[in-house]
Amino acid sequence: MGLIAAIVERLRRILEVVQDFVLFAWDAIRATFTPPYYGREFLSQLHFALVGSLLIVVVSAAVAGQALAIQLVRELANTGAKSQLGHFMVISVVRALGPVLTGMVVASRMSAGITAEIGAMRSSDQIDALVAFGSDPMKRLVVPRVAALLIALPVLVIIGDALAVVGGGFVGLQYHLPVESYYSGVLKYLTPKNVLVGMIKPFVFALMIATVACWRGFRSAGGAKGVGVSTTESVVISSVGILVADGVCTRLVFRILGW
Amino acid sequence: MISFEHVDYSIDGRPILRDITFNVPLGGTTVILGPSGSGKSTTLRLLLGLARPDAGVIRIDNEDITKMSEKRLRQIRQRIGMVFQQGALFDSMTVGENVAFSLIEHDNVPDEELEGTVRAHLELVGLDPDLIDRMPDQLSGGMQRRVAIARALAARNPQILLYDEPTTGLDPQSAERITDLIVELRDRMKKTSVMVTHDIADAFKVGNTMAVLNEGRLVFEGTPADLARTNEPFISEFLAPFRKAVLAATQRVVTVPGTPRPTAPQ
Repeated sequence: MGLIAAIVERLRRILEVVQDFVLFAWDAIRATFTPPYYGREFLSQLHFALVGSLLIVVVSAAVAGQALAIQLVRELANTGAKSQLGHFMVISVVRALGPVLTGMVVASRMSAGITAEIGAMRSSDQIDALVAFGSDPMKRLVVPRVAALLIALPVLVIIGDALAVVGGGFVGLQYHLPVESYYSGVLKYLTPKNVLVGMIKPFVFALMIATVACWRGFRSAGGAKGVGVSTTESVVISSVGILVADGVCTRLVFRILGW
Repeated sequence: MISFEHVDYSIDGRPILRDITFNVPLGGTTVILGPSGSGKSTTLRLLLGLARPDAGVIRIDNEDITKMSEKRLRQIRQRIGMVFQQGALFDSMTVGENVAFSLIEHDNVPDEELEGTVRAHLELVGLDPDLIDRMPDQLSGGMQRRVAIARALAARNPQILLYDEPTTGLDPQSAERITDLIVELRDRMKKTSVMVTHDIADAFKVGNTMAVLNEGRLVFEGTPADLARTNEPFISEFLAPFRKAVLAATQRVVTVPGTPRPTAPQ
């Protein structure tokens, strides 16, 4: 009986947390469609998300792209299909690896940054001060961050994908695959459908990363330790969420496209 | 006038305030005194509508704010200036942007006029107007509190000022400057004010009326003179260290012949 009661209590708490997140996300959506809008805050967040994440995205995409290409080109060479490297790179990078890799890299940076900042504002009464002086924290803090990441992440995914594919070309050269052969494969399979599969994901990831990060920041309690706990939760939820959302998006898009 | 009528408030089933009833007279300064954890700051949060009570009524100028819509509450808040504990300045904004926050948020004030208003309010709280472009973390704790007071005053000329432990964590000199400023604002501007503190000396210096909380219950409401005279056991115990300190200080004072010796509250 005690065990069942404990399980029921645990489930109730989980449902409460889910409900809290859904209500928070709903408030954020409602705040998005009514003025005022904070342009300066949005640009500042866009700069933080886009310019601030560029270097880590460039490095991780270039390295991961080359590592993937090395794995692929060896296997393809064994089967006499080395010329298919461009084809396989596009499918792997644009459809699957690129959005997830860039999403993960950006999630770790942005989730931590947003949650820590908002959590610190919460613990130093700055969020209460916003309300006290007639501002809506949803509009001032959440909407600009969500909007900035909705723009920044797809752009970063495009940059990351391009670098990974170009990196694959260099690996192909090392394995005596002509540039024309590699890029003709790339262009042949860079179809609108393949791009669509890959480019829906960053929007979903961005929405999730920013909303979860803001939510955990707003719910942060207990001073510096509480901010630390919220930041960790935010990064973990976003990272796992990206993998789950990747699976769901892939299945959904494939079903819709009839693949 | 502000009034609390039988207000109860709890967090996760834990009672924070129980059956609180008191009035804040128009134009006066009421000090809410009490030990840490007695629910003092919560009364200010309720007064600002940052939290809603479980039961009871809170009125500002005869309007019940407890069941008010968030939109109406935002309008009410524009009549209130709040000085948070530790200042709560927006650390991503300059001193000038902090002071002008409410004006930028709600009014379309031209930049030149805005700068003039900010400088005037910095001067009003005894700060150098040239601090306008500094960031809050470049200021001392005392200066940050002064900026917080300037921000509260600049907020559309508020009719009500709330101070949440404005001297906590400050050195004695800075704390005295802040209480002097609050007294000066009280006497010069005649705004209705509520100050929360656990510092008895600050309370006697600033308050026209006093309310004392203990474990979420109101145990006293009256004038400072009444408070000094009361025999209520908790209050006597609460005031004892202050009385001792004043007595010790007065025994060290060399009195000038013909002038009365300062006395501690009895």
